[in-house]
Amino acid sequence: MSRRRIVAQLQMELRLLLRNGENLLVTIGIPVGLLVFFSFVDVLGVGPDAVDFLLPGMLTVGVMASAMVSLAIATGFERSYLVLKRLGATPLTRLELVIAKAAAVAVVLALQVAVLVTAALLLGWRIEAIGLGRAALVGGAALALGSAAFAGIGLTMAGRLRASSTLALANGLFVVLLLVSGVIFPLSSLPPPLARAATVLPSASLAQALRSAFAGHGSLVAPMAVVAAWAVVAPVVAARLFRWDDGG
Amino acid sequence: MPAAIEVDRLTKHYGDRPVVDGVSFTVEAGEVLALLGPNGAGKTTTVECAVGLRHADGGRVRVLGADPVRERGDIAERLGVMLQEGGAYQAATPREMIALYAAFYPRSLSMRDTLALVDLEARADARFRTLSGGEKQRVNLALALVGRPSVVFLDEPTAGMDPAARGRTWGVIEHLRAENVAVLFTTHYLEEAERLADKVAIMARGRLRACDTPQRLVAGEPTIVVITRGRVPVADLAAAIGAPATRSGTNRYVIQAPPDRVAAVVAWFADHDLPIDGITTRPTTLEDVFLTLTGSDR
Repeated sequence: MSRRRIVAQLQMELRLLLRNGENLLVTIGIPVGLLVFFSFVDVLGVGPDAVDFLLPGMLTVGVMASAMVSLAIATGFERSYLVLKRLGATPLTRLELVIAKAAAVAVVLALQVAVLVTAALLLGWRIEAIGLGRAALVGGAALALGSAAFAGIGLTMAGRLRASSTLALANGLFVVLLLVSGVIFPLSSLPPPLARAATVLPSASLAQALRSAFAGHGSLVAPMAVVAAWAVVAPVVAARLFRWDDGG
Repeated sequence: MPAAIEVDRLTKHYGDRPVVDGVSFTVEAGEVLALLGPNGAGKTTTVECAVGLRHADGGRVRVLGADPVRERGDIAERLGVMLQEGGAYQAATPREMIALYAAFYPRSLSMRDTLALVDLEARADARFRTLSGGEKQRVNLALALVGRPSVVFLDEPTAGMDPAARGRTWGVIEHLRAENVAVLFTTHYLEEAERLADKVAIMARGRLRACDTPQRLVAGEPTIVVITRGRVPVADLAAAIGAPATRSGTNRYVIQAPPDRVAAVVAWFADHDLPIDGITTRPTTLEDVFLTLTGSDR
């Protein structure tokens, strides 16, 4: 394993992510925009503590955007342009490439968390009950597991579908999950069967786990278990289905 | 000292279809081998097996003495590869791609030398997707060479290049040979193979039809060329004259036989009521050998 190769690859991944305007819109613009908009405009009946409800939801949206949408689209096009195949003929190993991509997602996620938490603090968000240390620890663990889960989902698409299909499906899934995961408005606003079904989604579970971690009360173990299960299963499925080039 | 590239009875199937069927050749350090063949001959698959991107189904491949798939970590830093298509990030610039690849190898060329090698200084900061086809090929060539490899694989390196870029690429390959690098390249251009290669391997339908120096490949019989408006049954002609015959172009037929067979050829055409619009003899060219071996008359 070569640190030099991983760092070079990570720099390229980050440079391409930050150069891509659409990508920045999805990863930063949408979660921050939704957080600010719905904190001021109470159309959804979340009440005066809207930011307390919205921040965990928007962190979840951020994870979906960077670990699923952005990673899947970039990787899908890299596969179709044979970038991944070509890298396979260099000394860079697959493990080094995966580490570089994971690190790139982590850097973007850290940036998203910093921007979202800053925006939330400006909007009057306060950490309660359990204190900053524990909230950060539990929240960080939930975000890490959530990233693994959504990266697995994104790479399952990117590793098997045509790049244009991955693009459409990742964006479509993002919008659907935005609506049914209790991130903008509570799950209780949904029809009860749909709300129950949503609790097995990694997005709804991640949002709930973060909400409980920040509030110091509410269900934490069950949603964390759901996120952890996705974090194991989705990457395994992605690894099994992934094709490094378009051919046989 | 093992050969730089050693391919021994290589076979590869895609599903039930044999794509490479018992191909053998070697390339030594300082030697250039051109792999020729029509589309679908199995050239790219042969290269990808040798590079380690595909597992061989049968036979043996060794590069610098190592198995290119199982022991790729041992040799990856000494190989330079240019695939037939693709490979670069569309939104990256040539300079960024070269810097990335330079970091993968322990004793890479400098950025300036690499850009100069492929004459890309003026386009170094343009996005890859905005480059012309020939410029993209030059970036891919640069990525194959930036790590100072001892074995180089180039799959159709000059496809899409203008004549100036093609000439420069020929110079690069000649320079590699002078530096004792082993080079395997594929091409559709016969004059390129004839000019650059120490050995020419001709493949058709997965099999190796010939592998020898260009001089020895064309050293056989001279050639009779007949121009006719008629439609010639080539197999019958070959059988009657007792020499290989192929169609070359719309109305030219090439028979690999010496001038004293001209009378027999003329008689055969007369017997079959085929008009002869022209007939000449000349030395055999690599193209004649290629067309005969690959059966492009079908």
